[in-house]
Formats: sequence, structure tokens, C-alpha cells
Amino acid sequence: MSVNIKIKNAVKRYGKSTIISGLSLVIKEGEFFTLLGPSGCGKTTLLRMIAGFNFIEGGDFFFNDERINMIDPAKRNIGMVFQNYAIFPHLSVKNNVAFGLKNRKYSKDKIETETQKFLELMKIDQYKDRMPNRLSGGQQQRVALARALVIQPDVLLMDEPLSNLDAKLRVEMRQTIREIQRRVGITTVYVTHDQEEAMAISDRIAVMKDGVIQHIGTPKDLYQRPANLFVSSFIGRTNILEADATVNGSLMTLHLKDGFTVSLSNVQPEFRQDRKVIVSIRPEEFIISENSDEGLRAVVDSSVFLGLNTHYYVHLDSGQEVEIIQESKIDEIIPEKHTVYLKVKAEKINVFTEDGSRNIVKGVNNDSANGGEA
Amino acid sequence: MARKKLFDAWAIVYLAIFAAYLLFLIYPMYTILQNSVIGENGTLSLEWFAKFFSQKYYSQTLIHSFSVTLCTTVLSLVIGVPLAYFYNLYEIKGRSLIQVLIILCSMSAPFIGAYAWIQLLGRSGIVTKFFQSRLGITIPNIYGFNGILLVLTLQLYPLVFLYVSGALKNIDNSLLEASDNLGCTGIRRFFKVIIPLCMPTILAAALLVFMRAFADFGTPLLIGEGYRVFPVEIYTQFLGETGTNYNFAAAISVIAIVITAFIFLVQKILSNRFAFTMNALNPIERKKAKGIKGFFMYFYTYVIIGLAFLPQVYIVYQSFQNTSGKLFRPGYSFDSYKTALKRMGDSIPNTFIIGGIALVAVVFLAILISYLVVRRSNVITQAIDTMSMLPYIIPGSVVGIALVMAFNKKPIILTGTIGIMVIALCIRRLPYTIRSSVATLQQIPLTTEEAAISLGASKMKTFFKITVPMMSNGIISGAILSWVTIITELSTAIILYNSKTVTLTLAVYTFVTRGNYGYAAALATVLTALTVISLLIFMKVSKSKEITF
Ligand SMILES: Nc1ncnc2c1ncn2[C@@H]1O[C@H](COP(=O)(O)OP(=O)(O)O)[C@@H](O)[C@H]1O
Ligand SMILES: [Mg+2]
Repeated sequence: MSVNIKIKNAVKRYGKSTIISGLSLVIKEGEFFTLLGPSGCGKTTLLRMIAGFNFIEGGDFFFNDERINMIDPAKRNIGMVFQNYAIFPHLSVKNNVAFGLKNRKYSKDKIETETQKFLELMKIDQYKDRMPNRLSGGQQQRVALARALVIQPDVLLMDEPLSNLDAKLRVEMRQTIREIQRRVGITTVYVTHDQEEAMAISDRIAVMKDGVIQHIGTPKDLYQRPANLFVSSFIGRTNILEADATVNGSLMTLHLKDGFTVSLSNVQPEFRQDRKVIVSIRPEEFIISENSDEGLRAVVDSSVFLGLNTHYYVHLDSGQEVEIIQESKIDEIIPEKHTVYLKVKAEKINVFTEDGSRNIVKGVNNDSANGGEA
Repeated sequence: MARKKLFDAWAIVYLAIFAAYLLFLIYPMYTILQNSVIGENGTLSLEWFAKFFSQKYYSQTLIHSFSVTLCTTVLSLVIGVPLAYFYNLYEIKGRSLIQVLIILCSMSAPFIGAYAWIQLLGRSGIVTKFFQSRLGITIPNIYGFNGILLVLTLQLYPLVFLYVSGALKNIDNSLLEASDNLGCTGIRRFFKVIIPLCMPTILAAALLVFMRAFADFGTPLLIGEGYRVFPVEIYTQFLGETGTNYNFAAAISVIAIVITAFIFLVQKILSNRFAFTMNALNPIERKKAKGIKGFFMYFYTYVIIGLAFLPQVYIVYQSFQNTSGKLFRPGYSFDSYKTALKRMGDSIPNTFIIGGIALVAVVFLAILISYLVVRRSNVITQAIDTMSMLPYIIPGSVVGIALVMAFNKKPIILTGTIGIMVIALCIRRLPYTIRSSVATLQQIPLTTEEAAISLGASKMKTFFKITVPMMSNGIISGAILSWVTIITELSTAIILYNSKTVTLTLAVYTFVTRGNYGYAAALATVLTALTVISLLIFMKVSKSKEITF
């Protein structure tokens, strides 16, 4: 049985410093939900509050309608996967997986069949009599996952489970985790600082900074319409430019440096007034033109050919450096020192208030804006 | 609330341990302090301290103890550090034999070494006689300062060796290569790179050697003769034939503790200056010992180890010699064993009963206390931690005297029981066992226990099914070492025993003091055999071969 998780105004302090102050969010039943943010922002702290290993200083935590603040961690029916796997080194693979079932006083037969089922699901049944020190990192990870899932938990919690694996295995394991989660249909909270991993694996992501949720949304929401400047630069790569905006009816015109202008028709009505703004343009949102002399003038500093795409590093007349990604063409790569002109895909770019706190373009989906309710 | 429940289960445990420490350590220590300031006529007075410092007869024991201990410490370092260096940086044949012999030497009771050296170099020792009659050379007097220094150094440099070897194993080979690369090699590298890198360990070993040498009681008693030292003086005042004086013994004990505490603090301050941790990715590669340098290394290593091991060999040899009365006769037999076993009473069963109970208690308490200190840190568990470390600086005879003074009268009378001997052994051994358990526990990630809890195991179940098994390797090897130190313990037992609680070590000691050297040798050999067996088990269990004291 899966549950939804509601967190209302969670507070966590260590001594005098408040790590999390009044955080709210709702995680839907069966959802793969990721907490994403730079190291030290409080992801682990929040996860461990859900698990019951961190004392909750304030706020309410619910699984469905049951308040769990006071429930013993052993009774929360949570499956947990730790960064260092936390495999019991003195128990065989099979006994590691069976450990949780034995605590639940099931019959011998049931323990046997359930353990076997999950050993097979995680493709580790051929190692079942091995001791953990004779397993590779990836295999240990599979044991940890099998051990967490076999107890049929209401919630699966994972704290940077892939960070100890090498790059190739990481990609493979995240695929496995995603598949298993789909198959079991369990509500999952996943912690990572790797935005690419988060994008690849999640239904929805909460981006955190300094214990505060910046944006909750699908990977597509976060990438295309980030709620604020932090999210736009934390998710994917982007170029930040300053501009003055003028408004004419429903049209907002951005005056970038060097006299180049972009007109937007998709600015939210409440922000339609003359103001300074910050423009975020992702590398693939530029269009390079070598012939016409319209657009932002730039000089190519270097380029990297990566097969499908070619990356150009250029600088503008103002001296600002900009990264551009183009689908590779069959023609020559534009040589260094060459002058080019840049246009932008106006419908894709994002514009933020001068302090970077709000995206003023229409289409921002942010579930954290309404108290975490999805 | 979840936190509340867990608090209660462990609270009972730590409150009980706290109370036990108050009763069996703090209260006896307080009794000593109290007794030391009660004068002849029963009033508060510092007359015993005045007596000690004003009469040269007493105060010189302080100077004696200090000089012999200091010399022992320096000499142990001078011998032990190069030995560890040769052993760990060069390929020396017979490595495992060297290792076993050194551990064995460090584990035997010092007074047995003293008595063996008297047999060899004493007034009528065989070496002395040989030199005198065949070569006409008179060997320097072994009694007094020289003898104590010889015996304690040969007994204690193995500790330095074992400590420093551990540190050398943590030095990364690249550090040595970098040093060579920068033109610092050979002796220069030894002093400029190796010694500084091992400094924290060298200081720790120095402290241990100092504490052991300062508190050792059996060696000076046997070989010291007129050279009177502290622990013997305490013993004499407490149990001496010339009339006992509890208050004076207490005062000397207090002075002894002040000195050891001072040394302890000095060492702490010094070692804080060298606080760094190392972890070798590539351990040092041992080179072949070649040429004249190689010859010197072999010579040094084997002579030094031979000297330390010689007493053991000689005692085994003696145990098979025929005796009549107190004299050795030509020919060999098992007669000494037969008679010794007949006359030793219950000392073998006593050794196993007292040692066994103490061992179980030490292991059990060390697990609980280390868990409380690492995972349930609060004011009381920190206090337990501090109290448990106190006996590290309290000489064994002082622990004995304190326990007698505290528990020889109502409301609690324990003197003459097995209980008081077990308590003394626990108190004295726990500082070492707790340290090593804490180190083991700190290496176990907390998340492993949390994993168990999230899988539905209760706190207690997690502790017994996950934490304890994960600690078990460290616990078992620590336990075996405890066992060896427990069965060879003398300085506390000598004060606490009575006719019903004689142990093997005490029996050896009694035979030695009565001059029954053949019987003493036989029992000492039994003791050595027990130690060897224990150590073999230890090496089988702990694959790491690391020894922590
Ligand atoms: N037990 C603790 N005591 C004090 N501060 C802590 C403790 N655990 C975490 N912190 C602090 O809380 C903040 C958030 O930590 P954490 O949740 O581990 O971050 P993340 O998992 O996002 O990297 C950090 O600043 C960290 O220093
Ligand atoms: Mg973390």
C-alpha cells in the first residue's frame, strides 16, 4: 500500500542554527519525488525527518491522514536506502534482505518466498549466499534496494544512493531504480545534488536552497519555466544577461546591451511595466547567423565538437562570455576570432525580476507556491 | 514519544554503570584521600605528607622511582623505535617469529623477568659464576638501579616497538619517495621525516611505558634491594612486616597519583602539538637489508629480541631441572612440575575463575560503555567515560589499597573475596578495552544501525543483532589481550589476595620469594604456555595482527 506524504511547516534546528524553517510540500501517492539542491542545503535533514531519525522541532508530517511525528522509526514502515548502502557486513546477502521480514514475525515460508522474489527482482539471487565484502558497489546497491523493498514499505527513501558508483554504473542503476519503482508503484523520495540524475529519474522535483524550497515541478517545468534565477542556473546551463524592459500594450521589449532588442508577448500581466530585468538564455536558445548583421554581435573564442551538437564559447562587445549550443552542421565549424550575430528564440527564454526572485514569463508551474499542494 | 522510550531503556544501563563507578572507583579514591590527611591522633593533618618530604629515607623513593622510570622510558624508545624502523622498512627474515616473540615478551609478568635475570646475572647467577671462575671477570652488580632498568627496559621496549610499527604502517610510501626525491635519505630521513610522522605514537608509547615502569612493583621488590622505590614503599607501609601504617600508605599513594596525573597532562599537551592523522593508500615497501648495513640490522634485531626473550627460555629450562630443597641438582625431570602442582593449591582454578569472570565483565562493560559514549552522548555518559579513564594514571597497587581501605569495614565488606579481585581487574583493564571498543564503534557508520531500525528492528535488537556483531572482531581480539594481562597481573592482586584467592601469578611470586626457584619456574612456564595459547588464538581471530594495549 502506497501513501501520500504531507509536510506542513517543518522546522529543524541544530543548536542555534535553523536549517529548515517552515517547509511545506505534498508528495503524491506512487510518485517518484526528488529533493534536489546543492550540498548542505538540508536535503538529508528533511529526508531523515521523514524517516524519523531526526527529531522534528516543528510542523506536521502526515502519511495519508496519519500524523507520524511521534511514531517510532521502526514502526513507520519505511524502506530506506543509504548513501553508503549500510549493508550489514556480518550477514549474507540473503540474510540482509530477509532481515526486515524477520522483524515482522512472518512465517518461515513467507520469509523465504518473499526474499527470493526480491533477490530475483534485483537480479542478485546468484549471490545470495555471499558475504557483502565480496560484492561490487553496484551489487551492494542492489542488495540495499532489495532489502528496503522486500518489507513492502509505504514509502521508499533514498539518500544519494548512486553517489558512490562510477559514472557508467550510475546511469545504469538509475534506470534500474526507476523501473523497479514503477513496477512496485511505491511513493519514493529521492535525494540528490546531481541535477541531471534528478531530471532523468523523477516525476517531480523540489529544488532546495538553504533549507527553502525554490520550485516544485516536473523536470520539464523546471527546465523550461524555472520559478526563479537560482533554479534556472541550477538546472541545466544558462547565460545570464541584464536588460531594460519597456512595455507597449501586451508586448514587452527587452533592451539588451549593444542595442539589441527582443520582444515578448508572454509576460504575466502583473509584471507588465517598465523595469530592469534579468534574462536567462540557455545555450540552445541562441541562433547563430554568420551572414546577416542583425542581432547581438559576438566573437568566437573557442569551440568544442561533440558529435550531435557543437558548443561555441563567444564573447559579446560588452566583454560578457556566452555559451551557445548548435546542432552540428555538415559545413565547417565557425573558426575562432570570427564575428557572428546572435538571435534568440524569444518564446523559450526566461525573464526574471531584477532581484532574480520571480520569473515574469507566463507558464511557470510551481507547486511550492501554493503551500506545497500539487 | 519515540525519543523518550529509547532514553529510558539506556538510562537504566548508564545510571547503573555510573553508580558502579561511583561506588567502586570514586568512593575508594576518596577514602584514600581522606586517610592521607588523617593524622596519628585522628585529626585532620598533613603530617604524613610532611613526614614523606622531610625524611630523606622516604623522599628519596620519589627520586629513585623518577630516575629509574625516566631512564627506562628513554632507553625503551632508543631501543624500540629503531627496531620498529628496521622491521617495517626492511625485509628481515623471520618476521612472524620476531613478531610473536616480541608480543610474548611484552606480555609476561615483569617480576618473572627480574627473577630470571637474578638467576643469570645475580650474585650466584650462572653467567656471573662463569665469568668469575673461568675468566676472572666480575660482572657489574645487577641489584638496584641497574637491574630495575635492565628488566623494565627489556620488558617495555616491545610496547614501543608494537606502537611505532602500527604508526609506520600508516605512513604512505609516497611520503618516503617524496623525501628521497628531495634529497633527504637514510639517517637524515629517519630523523627529519619518519620520527616526526610517528611522533604522536611515540609520545603515546612513552606515556604507556612511563606509567607501567612507574607503577611496577614486582621488579624493584625482587631486584631493587637497597634501591627503594615508590610502589614498594606503599606496599611496605600498607602490609609491611615492620608494622603497617594505612594513613602513610594513603599519603604516598596520593603523591604517586599527583605525579602520574602531571605526566599524563604533560604528554597530552605535547601530543596535541603533533595531532594529525594518516592513512596509507600505499603502505611502505620493504627493502632488502644488504651489506654491512644489513648485517648490522640483523645483528641488532636478533640480539635485542634474544635478550628480551632469554629470561623466558631460561625459566623453561630451569623448570625441568632437578631440585633438592631450594637448590638445583644435576639432571632433568618433571619433578618441579609435580611438586609445584601439588603445593599450589587452587591457584589454577582460581586463575580461570577470577580471570574468566573479570574477562566477561570487562568485555560486557566495555561494549556497553563504548556504545553509550559514542552513540548516546550526554553528561552522565561523558562522566562515565572520564571516570573509566582514571585508572590509567593510578598505579595498580594504589587501586588495591584503595579498594581495601573502602571495603574492609561495614557497610560493605569485600576484602578476601573473589569479588574484590574481579572488581580491581575490571577497573584496571577497562580504560584499555573501552578505548579500543570506542575506536571500533566509531568506524561503524551510524546508518547501518538506522537501516536496521527502519527495517523494523527495535533499539535493543539493533544493538545486539547489528552493533555487537559488527564490533565483534575488535571485541574478541581485545578480550584475548585483556585475558593475558589479567592472568599476569600482580601489583593489585598482591594486595587483595588471601589464601583462598591465590592465582597462578601470585603462586609464582610466592615461590620466588620463598626461594623455591624450581617450582616457580615450573609454574611460570605454565603461565607462559597459557599466554602463548591465548596469543595464538588472538592471532587466529584478529587477522590484522594489530595489538592495542
Ligand atoms: N547533526 C548535525 N549537527 C549540526 N548540524 C548539522 C547536523 N547535520 C547536518 N547539519 C547541518 O545542516 C545543514 C544541512 O545538512 P544536510 O541535510 O546534510 O545537507 P545535504 O544533505 O543537503 O547536503 C548543513 O549545514 C549541515 O552542516
Ligand atoms: Mg546529504
